[in-house]
This record gives sequence, structure tokens and C-alpha cells, in this order.
Amino acid sequence: MTTLLEPSVAAPAPARTSFLTRWRARRSADPTPVWLTIVGTMVALYLVLPTLIVIPMSFSEASTFVFPPRGHSLWLYRNFFTNDRWLDSLRNSFIVASCAAAIATVVGTSAALGLHQLRGRRSARFLQSALMFPILTPSIVIATAVYISFLRWHLVGTLAGYVLAHAALATPFVLATVTSALGTFDPTYLRASASLGASPWRSFLTVTLPLISRGVATGAVLAFVTSFDEVVIALFIRSPRFQTLPVQMYNSVVVEIDPTIAASSSLIVVTVSLIFLVALLGSARRTSRPGSANNRRSVVRRTR
Amino acid sequence: MMTSRPRWLPHPGWLLLIPAVALLGGILGVPLWQSFWRSIGSGDWTLEHYSALFTDGVTLKVLARTGQAAAVVTIVTLLLGYPYAYLMTRVGPLWRSVLVVMVLMPFWTSALARNFGWLILLYDNGLVQRFLGLFGFDDVVLYGTAQGVTLAMSQVLLPFMVLPLFSALGGIDRKLLLAARSLGSPPLVAFWKVYFPLSRGGVVAGVILTFTLACGFYVTPALIGSPRESLIAQLLGQRTTQLLDFAGAGALGTLVLVVTLVLVWWANRMGGSMATIGVVAGQTGTRR
Repeated sequence: MTTLLEPSVAAPAPARTSFLTRWRARRSADPTPVWLTIVGTMVALYLVLPTLIVIPMSFSEASTFVFPPRGHSLWLYRNFFTNDRWLDSLRNSFIVASCAAAIATVVGTSAALGLHQLRGRRSARFLQSALMFPILTPSIVIATAVYISFLRWHLVGTLAGYVLAHAALATPFVLATVTSALGTFDPTYLRASASLGASPWRSFLTVTLPLISRGVATGAVLAFVTSFDEVVIALFIRSPRFQTLPVQMYNSVVVEIDPTIAASSSLIVVTVSLIFLVALLGSARRTSRPGSANNRRSVVRRTR
Repeated sequence: MMTSRPRWLPHPGWLLLIPAVALLGGILGVPLWQSFWRSIGSGDWTLEHYSALFTDGVTLKVLARTGQAAAVVTIVTLLLGYPYAYLMTRVGPLWRSVLVVMVLMPFWTSALARNFGWLILLYDNGLVQRFLGLFGFDDVVLYGTAQGVTLAMSQVLLPFMVLPLFSALGGIDRKLLLAARSLGSPPLVAFWKVYFPLSRGGVVAGVILTFTLACGFYVTPALIGSPRESLIAQLLGQRTTQLLDFAGAGALGTLVLVVTLVLVWWANRMGGSMATIGVVAGQTGTRR
């Protein structure tokens, strides 16, 4: 009530202090309450702090998990880069994530194209939601079931087991990003390229793929990070001979109290944040640049 | 469509789907089916493993504890997420993207790094304990307790509450609120009678999604909680790797899966904003 009345009360005296009047008029139209800003800031800190706290911890001299860290030292990083167990699990994680992301990208893109061609059919819609089920299924349910079956298939603790499980988990993410990229794709291009004599494969490589490349790239990054980060299934199908970085980190807290996890955590936090920030900035710049947006007009204009 | 194909050949779209169906069906579908098959006695058609869940005295207790923990987490995330999502609709584009980045932060960072961060914060004589000590709460123990697990899980799940809420709140016309105020309604009444009912779709979607995900948490309770207060996911893991009770684990897993899918289906019907959730979950699904 009062907020709506205030401007009209302030209006009759425009000659006096213009700054104060303008400030009050702007403020009182529909102000953001101060308490809301305070609560929002607190929640934002709650979201961010627990992640950032690992960074100062990683420079600690002490070998405990007590905050604040004592002294400044790089010995945790030296530990990380000289200890075979940490290096092996880091390497394993890279190999598994690269292979899983490659498989998931090919399989997911292919599925998205297939569903795009079949769109509108009831069976295709059903299949689309069926392929999304790993996202919604609790990972512990998947992990226990996969573990028991992998025991029988001799896939526990093997590179192939990790790659297959992670590729299957990551495929829906690629499917989702490529499907949304195909949403703006105009199928008349394919007819145009076919009428000019291009084979379907060539049309895909030279027409479809460049237009959906952003969706494919986003999907590939998501698939890599999904696999690199995956803990629950990795915990179940690990073996002493083969384990990934998250498993080693989990062990370093639960089994052996190894503070090297602080160095490993902050390396991951910084690396992954940088990847995502670069991706965000890149996509922001690309959308603001005219001509490269995959809308029809710009492409038509270029081909004329 | 362009060239005529022989009648016996399926539509090429189906061929493109074969790899995905084979991979997901073979690596995830078959194990889940086998697990279900074992739970009904591998062809003996018995329900004893399911009835055992309700009579062994442990499962029900853990189920109740999990439901309670998930409910508390859901309430906490709703109370924190609603004002945050509301603030997101009120600020300018720059601050909005800052707030979005803050919400997405827990998604980018590895689950273990985040849980390790919470471990440091909640440790005895850690930052949280000393912060509470400033207000006179000297003897709050958070490491190894349900409260500590709740605090950490709420942070991890907050984005799943904020994003559906934001998409619902963003579509509400604020002039309605101002109209109610100009007609003499006090701010709180205007909010409760006008604004909140319009946001109900987002609230329902966020609540059900958060509750569902909270029920399946494994790593956070295992790292921060105590074994004596394990949740359903840990029970499932323990039955599988330590007790080797594969049939019992299958029954429990099936139960959890069915409850999850029913809740998700329900949220899908109630919320209408599952599109956002799909994108969100698409970036996060496995990192629990």
C-alpha cells in the first residue's frame, strides 16, 4: 500500500533535491527487500563455500583434516604427483572417461538423430523416455545390480567394465544435448544437399554435424565429466588392480586418513570449474556473434 | 523419405537407435532385470524376499529413517531455495547470471571434493561448530550425526529445488502482487493468497525431485554419517557386498526403484516444469 503511494507523494516537489527524489522514486516502486538480499547471499555462500574450502586446505602443512590449515606448503601436491597409487588412479580415470565419453558421444548422437527422424511417433516418444531412465534411477540401485551381473561376466575391476558402465550412464546426457540442438535444425537442408547429389553420410558430415556441433560438444564434455566424477558404481566394480580417482579419494577418507585428497580435490575443482567457465563464455560469445547462429536466415543469406 | 526404400527394410531412424538400446539395455537393463528376477526367486515366483523386507526388523527402521531424513532435507531446501529463486527473478541480468553460476557450482565440482569439503567443515572443532559456538550452541556435534548429513545433503540437493522453482517463479506476473497490495492486502497475505498458489507447480516438482534424490544418497551418509545411522542406500550396498544376499538386495533395490519412478512420474504430472529438470538432471544425474 505505502509503496505504491510514495511516488505520488514525492512527485509534487520535483524542484528540490533531485537525486534524493529520483533515488526514492526508483526504490519505492517495487523494492527488493533488504532481508531477501541477505538471505540470498547466505544461501549463495552455503552453495559455494563447502567446495571452495578444499583449496586452502590443500596448502596445509599438517596431515589432519582440521580447518584452518596450518602453515603453507606444497607437500600434498608433491605427494599427489609422486605417489603411484594417486597417479595410477588419475591415469585410469582419464582413460576411462575418454573412452566412455567417445562411446557415449557416438551412441548418443546416433540415437538423437534416430529419434529426430522418428519424431511424432508414439513408440519413439516411449523410447526417448526409456533411454533417459539412468538419469532418474538412484545410482545405488544401478551400482548393486551392475556389480552382481559384472561378477558373473568377469567385468569387475576391468577397464572394459568401467568404460561400458560409464558410457551407458553418460549416453542420456549426450542424447539430451544433441536432441535440443536438433530442435532448431531445418530438415530442408538435407533435401537440398541430397538434390545436389550428396550421399546421406556426406550430408551428415557436411550439413548436419556442423549445425549440431555445439550440442555434440556439450554432450561430450558432460559425458567426460560424468564418468570422471562417477563414484557409486566405481566403488562397487573396483578391484585392487584397477580403480579410478574418485575411488582412491573415497578410500583416502574412509580407509586410510590420507590428506592428499585435499590436493586432489582442489585440482579437480579448479580444472572442472575452468572447463565449464570457458564453455560458458564460449557459448555466450558465439550466441552474440551474428551469422554463426544456426538460424535459417543467416545460412540462407550466406549461400546466396 | 527422399528415396523409396524396400518395404522389408525398417525406417533408418530405428537403425540409428540400435547402439543406444544395445548399450543401455545390455549394461544397465539386463543387470536390473536379473536383479528383479533374483528377487522373485529366479523363476520360483516367491515373494519371500519382499516379505522379509518388512519382517526382518531392520529394513523398515532404515526405511523410516531414510524417509525422515529425506523429508527434513526437502523442507530445508524449500525454505532456503524459495527466497533464493525469488531473488533470482528480482535482480538484473548480470546478477541473475551470477546467482545461476552459484547454483550450478555444486554440479560442476566433483561429488567427492564437495563431500570432503563438508567433512572439513563439520569436523570436531571445525568451522561450523565454532560458528555455532559464537551463538552459544557449544555442544552441537555434527560429524557422524544425522544433523551433519542433513546439512550436507541439503547443500548438494539445493540446485534441484532452486531451478524448477526459478522456472515457475519467472513466469509469474508481479503486477498481480502489486494489484493485491494496492487493494489493501498486507504483503504476507498477498504473497500467500496470490503469489504462492501460482508457484505451486514449481514447488511440487522441486519437492518431489529433491525427496526422490535424497532417498537414494549413498556417498554423503557414508562419509559424514555414522554406520549406526545408515540410510537405505548403505543398507542396499551392505547386503550386496558384505552379506552377499543378492536376492534380498534385489528385492530392496526393486522397491527403491519403483518408489522413485512413481514419485518422478507423479512430479511429471503435477509439475509441468520437468523440462528444466531434465536439463538439470542431465548435467548431474550420477553425481550423488
